[in-house]
Parts: sequence; C-alpha cells; structure tokens
Amino acid sequence: MKENAELRNEREFPQRETGQGVGARLPRKEDDRLMRGRGLYVGDVRLAGLQDVAFVRSPLAHARIRGIDVPERYRGSVFTSADLVGIKPIRAVSGLPGFKISEQPVLATGKVRQVGELVAMCLAPTRAEAEDIAASVTLDLEDLPAIHDMLKAREPGSALVHEHWGDNVFLETNYEVDISAALDAPIKVTREISTARQCMSPLEGRGVVATFDPRLDQLTLHSAAQMPHITRSGLAECLGMEEGRIRVISPDVGGGFGHKGILLPEEVCLSWLTMRCGHPVRWLEDRREHLVASSNCREHHYRITVYADSDGTLRGIDCEATVDSGAYSSYPFSACLEAAQVASILPGPYKMPAYRCRTFSVATNKCPILPYRGVARTGVCFALELMLDLVAAEAGLEPGEVRLRNLVRPEQMPFDNITRKHFDSGDYPEAMRRALAAIDIDAIRARQEQGEADGRRIGVGVSIYCEQAAHGTSVYSGWGIPMVPGHEQASARLTPDGGLELRVGVHSHGQGMETTLAQVAHEILGVDVAKVRIILGDTAMTPYSTGTWGSRSMVMAGGAVAAACRELGERARRIGAKLLQHDPAAVVLQNGEVRGVNGSVSIQTIAHTWYRRPQDLPVDVDPGGLEVTQGYKPVRDSGTFSYAAHAAVVAVDSDLGEVEILDYVIVEDGGVLVNPLVVDGQIYGGLAQGIGTALYEEMPFDASGQPLATTLADYLLPGPTEVPAARLDHMETPSPYTQFGVKGIGEGGAIAPPAAIANAVNDALRPLGVELMQSPITPHRIVAAVLAARAAERSAA
Amino acid sequence: MKPAPFAYERPRDLDAALSMLAGSNGSAKIIAGGQSLGPMLNLRLVQPELIVDISGLAELKRAEVSGGELVLGALVTHADIEDGRTADVTRGAMRAVAANIAYRAVRNRGTIGGSLSHADPAADWISALAALGARVTLRSLAGARTLAIEAFIVGALESALHAGEIVEAVHVPARTASAHWGYAKSCRKTGEFAHAIGAVLVDPAAASARIVIGAIDTTPIVVTDAAELFGGRIAADYKQRFDARVADVLLAKAGIDDAAQRHIHISVLKRAVLEAAA
Repeated sequence: MKENAELRNEREFPQRETGQGVGARLPRKEDDRLMRGRGLYVGDVRLAGLQDVAFVRSPLAHARIRGIDVPERYRGSVFTSADLVGIKPIRAVSGLPGFKISEQPVLATGKVRQVGELVAMCLAPTRAEAEDIAASVTLDLEDLPAIHDMLKAREPGSALVHEHWGDNVFLETNYEVDISAALDAPIKVTREISTARQCMSPLEGRGVVATFDPRLDQLTLHSAAQMPHITRSGLAECLGMEEGRIRVISPDVGGGFGHKGILLPEEVCLSWLTMRCGHPVRWLEDRREHLVASSNCREHHYRITVYADSDGTLRGIDCEATVDSGAYSSYPFSACLEAAQVASILPGPYKMPAYRCRTFSVATNKCPILPYRGVARTGVCFALELMLDLVAAEAGLEPGEVRLRNLVRPEQMPFDNITRKHFDSGDYPEAMRRALAAIDIDAIRARQEQGEADGRRIGVGVSIYCEQAAHGTSVYSGWGIPMVPGHEQASARLTPDGGLELRVGVHSHGQGMETTLAQVAHEILGVDVAKVRIILGDTAMTPYSTGTWGSRSMVMAGGAVAAACRELGERARRIGAKLLQHDPAAVVLQNGEVRGVNGSVSIQTIAHTWYRRPQDLPVDVDPGGLEVTQGYKPVRDSGTFSYAAHAAVVAVDSDLGEVEILDYVIVEDGGVLVNPLVVDGQIYGGLAQGIGTALYEEMPFDASGQPLATTLADYLLPGPTEVPAARLDHMETPSPYTQFGVKGIGEGGAIAPPAAIANAVNDALRPLGVELMQSPITPHRIVAAVLAARAAERSAA
Repeated sequence: MKPAPFAYERPRDLDAALSMLAGSNGSAKIIAGGQSLGPMLNLRLVQPELIVDISGLAELKRAEVSGGELVLGALVTHADIEDGRTADVTRGAMRAVAANIAYRAVRNRGTIGGSLSHADPAADWISALAALGARVTLRSLAGARTLAIEAFIVGALESALHAGEIVEAVHVPARTASAHWGYAKSCRKTGEFAHAIGAVLVDPAAASARIVIGAIDTTPIVVTDAAELFGGRIAADYKQRFDARVADVLLAKAGIDDAAQRHIHISVLKRAVLEAAA
C-alpha cells in the first residue's frame, strides 16, 4: 500500500478491548425484535378509519385506452387519471447526452405500456372488497403491437413504446480506448451472453399507508422504502407540494435490494387519495403484483469479443451490451444507469490496454428495470468471467491462472483502470489464490479424471470482481440523475441519563445498522452499545440522505456517525474538564469517561449535569450542548472497491439437467469490517440471490408481452436446501480514503455466484462439447445443450 | 390477492355434504386441506358461490385394510401416510412417495382425496397410485361408483367427478411379494412440483408391469401392460431390456414435441426402472 499522508485514514481503535467497537462480532441488536415477530412493517400500521386500495391494472402489454367503465354503484370509489387533476407524471431524467425522456403517468393516460400498469384506483373498507370493485371495472382497450424482445426493439420499423421518440432507445453510449491495438491478438473469442429478467422478491413487498394531518398541514406516507428522503423529494415534485408538508416514514422494512429504492406511482396515488377522501388509505403489494407489475431487473445481452495473447494476457475487450429497461425511466435512478454502468465496469478487476463498449438502454413493453443488488455487476461479471474461461481454454491454461495473469496487482494500488475507475486498495491475486487453494483445485482435477460412481460430472468454476461502493458526488453528478449524493450527515445526542441517540438518514432493511452504527459510536465515545439508539427511516427525525443503496451506508453513515460522535465527545470532554477543574488540554475521553490526572467523570454524569444540574456548569460553558450534527465524505469520493473471489464445485446430471453445488468458497475483502458477523450474513444472503440468478430465477414473456411466471410456483427462488454452506475467508485491506478504512460490501455476495456456477457447469460439461452462455442454467437448457452437442457430433462424424 | 365472496358451510356428515353439493347446481367447491384450492381462490382463478369444508367428516378419515386392499378415506393426509399412521399394503412404496410431496407444511394439511380431485398433472399421487393399480370411489346422493385412477384423471386439472360427487376413498391393492417398485421424479428444487415423474411396478414372477410417465402437462401416460417397454416380455432381466425408444414414441404421441423434455422424462423413467430392479 502506498503511504500518502493526505489520504491517510484514521485507524485508531481505542475501544477494541471492550469487545463492542469496530471489528466486534456482535449479534444484531435488532434481531431480538425482528426474530420474535415484533417488528413493525407497513402492513402492521393501524390507523383509525383506514381503508384499502386495490388497483385496476392493464391486462395488456401495449394498448390504447378507449374507455374505462365503472358500474354505477361503485362511482365514487373508483378513481382514474381524469380525477388526478394537477398531479404530474414521474420523470426521471438523466443528464447524459441523448437521453430520451419518458413520462410515467401515475394512473395511465391515453395508453398503457406494460402489463400491470395502473389504470384505476379502487377504495373500500377491506382489500377483498376493493378487489371486488376492481374486478367490476371494464377496460375498453385497443391492442397495439407489443415489444418484449429488446434486440428486436432496437431494429428499425419496430413498434414504438414512446411514439414521439422515433425509436426505442432511451440512451446509447460509446466508450473506446484504442481497440485497434487489440485486433491482431492471437486469441480472439466472440460470444453472445445473456442474463434473464428477474424479480427481486424481498420477503416483504412494497406497501403504502398514507394519511393527512390537518393540524400539522402535513401528509404522512408510511412506505416500505429504502430512501425515504428521496421518496419525499419525488412526491413533492409529482404532487406540487412543499417538501415540509410531506413526511415519509419507512418503518421496519423486510428487504430492499433496490426494489424499494424508487418512487412508486402507487405512492403518489395514495398520497393524492388520502387528501381527497380525508381518511387514511393503504395499499400492500401482493406477490402477484410484485411478479407481474412491479420493478424487474438484470435483463442484459452481450455481444462480446475478448482478445488475448497466447499466454492468456488480455489485450482488449470489445462489447456491445443491451439492457432491457422496460417501459419507463424510474425515479431517481433512471432507465440508463444499468446499461451505462455496464460500459464503465465491464473491464472488472483486470488490467488491459484496449477496450470498446457500446451500450443500449432499450424501452420495451415490460416493467421498468431497476438496479438490483450488485446492479449491473452481476451481468457484467457473468459475461466477462465466462469469456475468461474461454480464453483459458484457448490458451491451454487453468482458468485461475488466466485471472492471476491479468488481475491488477497489489503493488499497482491505487490503480486507475481503463475506464478511469480508481481502485483504492487490495490484493486481488491473493484473493484468487486463496480461493483456488481452499477449493483445492488440484484435488478436483484428480477427481474429474476418476469420474463419479453415480455417473454425474464434476466441474469447478471461479469468478472474481471488484465492486465500487459508496461512490459520491464526483461520480453521480456525471450521470445527471435526480439524485446526487453529497455529504452524509448524522445527528448525535446524549440523553440526560447518559444514553446516546443517533439519527441517520440511511435506512436498515436487513443490514444490521442498528448494531453496526452503535458499534461505530461506541468506538468513538465508549457508550455501551446497549445504550445507543439508532433512529432511521423518518424524514421528520433524520438528516437528509439519499438513503441506502450502492453499498454506501457503512462508509457514509458510519463516517457521519463517527464525525458526529467525535464532535460530541469533544464537547463532553470540555465539560468534563470543567467538572474536574482541569485544563481541557489535560483530559482525554476514554472508555466512556473523561479522565485527568486527578480523577475521572463519566459521560453519564456529564450528561446529567448538562441537562439536569446546569447550576453546576461553569458560566463560560459551550452553549452548543450535547447534541451535534456533522457531515462526512471520504477524503476521496470515487468509491471504495471491495472485491471477492468465488469458487464453486458442482455435480451435473447431464440426463436430468440437475445441478448440485457440492462446495462453495468465498474469499472477500471489504476493508476493515465493523462487524464481521453482519458481513458474513450479508455475504450468505447475497450468495442465495446469486444462486437464484444462476440456476432458478427467470421471468419469461410470451409473444404478446405477457409475463408468464405469475406465482411463486412458476418464479422459482432458491430455498434453504438450494443454498450450500459456503466457506468464507476474509481479507482486510483498509481503504485509504474512509473512516476506519471500511469499504462497502452490501451487494458483493450477489455478484459473483452466477459466473462461478456457470463456469463450473461448463467445466463439467466441456468434455461433452457443451457450453451454456445464458442464465439461469435450467435443467431444460442443460439437456437441450447436451442433445444439441450430441447431434453436432453425429453430423460431424 | 383476496378471494371473491363465497358462502361457506362445514357439514357434520357425508350425507349433509352431498346434499349441499347437490343443491348448489355445480357452483360449489369442496375444500379439505386447502393446499391447492386456497391459492386458487386468492388468485380468483376459481370463484365458487359455495365452499363446502369437509374437514369435519370423520367417515372420510378412516384407513383400513379390507379384502386384501387398503382403503384410505379421502381426508387421510400425506403426513398420515408418511408417518406410518395408516396401514400399508405397498411395502413402503406409498410412504416413500408421501414423504417427498411438496413440503412438510403442505403434507400436514394436504389430503390424498384433495390431491386426486385437483388432478394436477405434476402431483405425485395421480402417477404413483395409477402405477400401483389403485381405484377411487366417488359418491353422490345418487350412489357410489368406482374408477381406476387412470380413468378418473381425464385431463390437466380435470377429473371424472360429476357435479354433486365427491371422492370418498382410495382403494390400493396389495403389492405382491414378488413385485418390484420404483418411483423417481425430477424437480427444479426441493418441494417444488415435479417436471418429470416415473413410476414402475414390475412383477417379473407374474411377467407383468405397470408403468407411468407423469408430470407431462396432461394426464399421465399409464401403460398397464408394459411388456412393449421391455422388448415384448417381462422377465428378471427387465432392467437390461428397458427400451427408451418405445417411451420416446409414447411421449411424442402424448404431444411432447420438445426433445429435451422427452429426454428428461425418459431419464427419470429409467431411474425408476433401475430403482425397481435394485
């Protein structure tokens, strides 16, 4: 690691001996509530006079609305776009040149552009009755040609999702560094690779309870959301209201993953409705709505060529990537973030001299696509790592060896890669070496030589990625989307009895931040973790924040909590010095007390004195008291780069197409880990989702744009028996730029598994001439590929 | 996802249940364990005017061996069979099938009569019981009739039940000492509906075999005289004589155009044959 005085992180751990500070494997405080079923989710919010909403949704992917017929007896309980006077459509514009703007009406006007699009809102005392009303509404729709294939949508003459665009491309981007220099490489491999459209499927779906308080003149929206402050800004824009007249509360949230990161048309609709009808209203997303009508993710297509020297050294990558962005641009991430990110992150953790990537964000008659845990990285890692295995095969090398030859080396850190990503620190080759050793690659090769008694085929696969996290202003201002993160703020307040309250604007929906942020505070102030309360998810009670996304919360909110606690500690120290009748320069704050040569005074006593016995304070005490708000940004905001090497061993039954994961190893470096137990949990959860991408999850569509997996019997998610007991190994290379040297790790677990598993399956089936380049790898795809390879062999013979 | 309004009755005896069904003009649905009907109601895929909850009918919970065959009341649960609370004449065959139906929570509530009535092509009992040569008794106010399982299942989600009729009991013949049993299925994940099922009852001593290829999106393929699948005769070497090409033709005739699907079905059937011969 290069030493750089300016970029030095503050790595001091005075509280480590208490076992509660940074680095402690503390069980999560919130689990006592959550695991006993005592959490309070939007569905648990009970308000007097609450009524339920069910929506009439478009049954067609693309149609002109000729009429909406509401039975006489239900007029007054059904609302359409004609009722929503003055409500603006959702607009998420990117500042990238050429971006085409979509307007998403909160209730459809003129035409519908996806199955499940909201057409009318039905209100009743219960959801069942509201659904009865919705079933009675008749839509007169004129069917239009629907586009569900993003590659066809790019072709001239395709039907148009947004007619006035003239084509279906939200945004095209081009990035090139000297690709001509790679063209004479002796190894040239070209493939088409694709990842299926998925539904994020958190345990809790979206949900909204809206109410209006005339006394405060304030709309309160309870919403299962990751980014309540951003939701408020978006609502204010659509409703034409001052932000101060809106309060967004996100109570306990059962998983976000990006699904809960957008402004929903439903949120706008219910906000309007409660103000119109004068009582609280509720909508809870059901599982069919989630699968059919809500945000989707992951659908990528790559035409990719990798150039390499005969020793496996990468010479360059040339790629055309297409992302199916769906019908509308979602607020605030926009329709282009996914594809445009592909171009910037496709080179992965590797060094190469030449690169070209062209991307298309394509509009189709499908649900909007949203960034899902790992965002574009899961698709990118899948494409790149499958290609590297092909390069290895061409070069006659072990797949691990090709990676080791091309990974950025530790002595090159910090490293600016070919797309100008600034890798902050780490030893990528070491992670790969450890993964190869742990999976015991030599033993697997020997086992493959012997064959299996049960006739299955064994395969081993690896993948590696690095993940930019907590990237801030300098990165996001370039995208020009409605949300650009700046300084993250936290408020810290000592209570009269010496407890600590922390208010932060990010949210916790499974990340364990009620524990980890308390550990950060303990690290600085020495207040017992049990006495630290974390207040999250309420715009009225927390500082503004873009919220929880991009693996940013530990870096950003953790840094802000540290900064606020440091300032609070300083104020406590100065009061403590007065109480000890010491010169402030002669006392220190340590283990929750202010200590001087003559004795010590606890933070609890200091707090008690400030609030309850001000007569004991000296007249010249700092009037700021024991409540501070501080902001934080890393010394460089281009992001932390955590990384991990994954290795999988699978057994493939080539007759049934069944894949069993026999062993799984993850070697991960998230910088300094605030709570390794929580990090393990994050990785296990991400792995489960990655296995879903690899083997199970897919939302197929028919030719008319109808989504076909409408229940969880058709949309398969991995369960406990599908997720192996992975073996984890942590490396801990601090980031030089962040508080404590932490890096964001929230998404990584979901990035690498599809690539590692696909590589393992292909390794197992390569002797049969089989190559699978599409996720998920289903039994049918495996068997079809095996049969095709057999047929090809027969016709060649 | 809430059901459309319906009336609900929970009769105390079978005659009362049959009267309710008879009086409903075909607009009633019977619920027992509710493991399939519950979701279908919530998705509004079915919108009956009346739900007749038969879970209180003690006469449908009986399980007894009578005249050399096992008679299972329609309300016997998969878990009852899995746990051995019912008698068994199949030498463990039914118990093993029951133990792998969906998840334990489904097995606790789901009933054998409900599973048959629902007639899901991917369900286990319609294939396993057809291979075992079981029959089903249907009762209405007009009386009772008995059908072979393969005659009872007439299509995907379609049985021979008439309006006003209910599955009363399942009759399972005893598996002879010389009869071999094999049952295999392939599922995307644990507890998921199978996408291929093979069930085999082979008695080399009697030179007879029943073979079922199930989970094919329509009624299972039931071959009651399966000699053609074994080169024309059933003998001790039937494992070696299994002819995949005949199975392939059967599947193609059943309308399965996709070669990979047929390959998976044949592979599963082969596993069942191997298990029987093991």
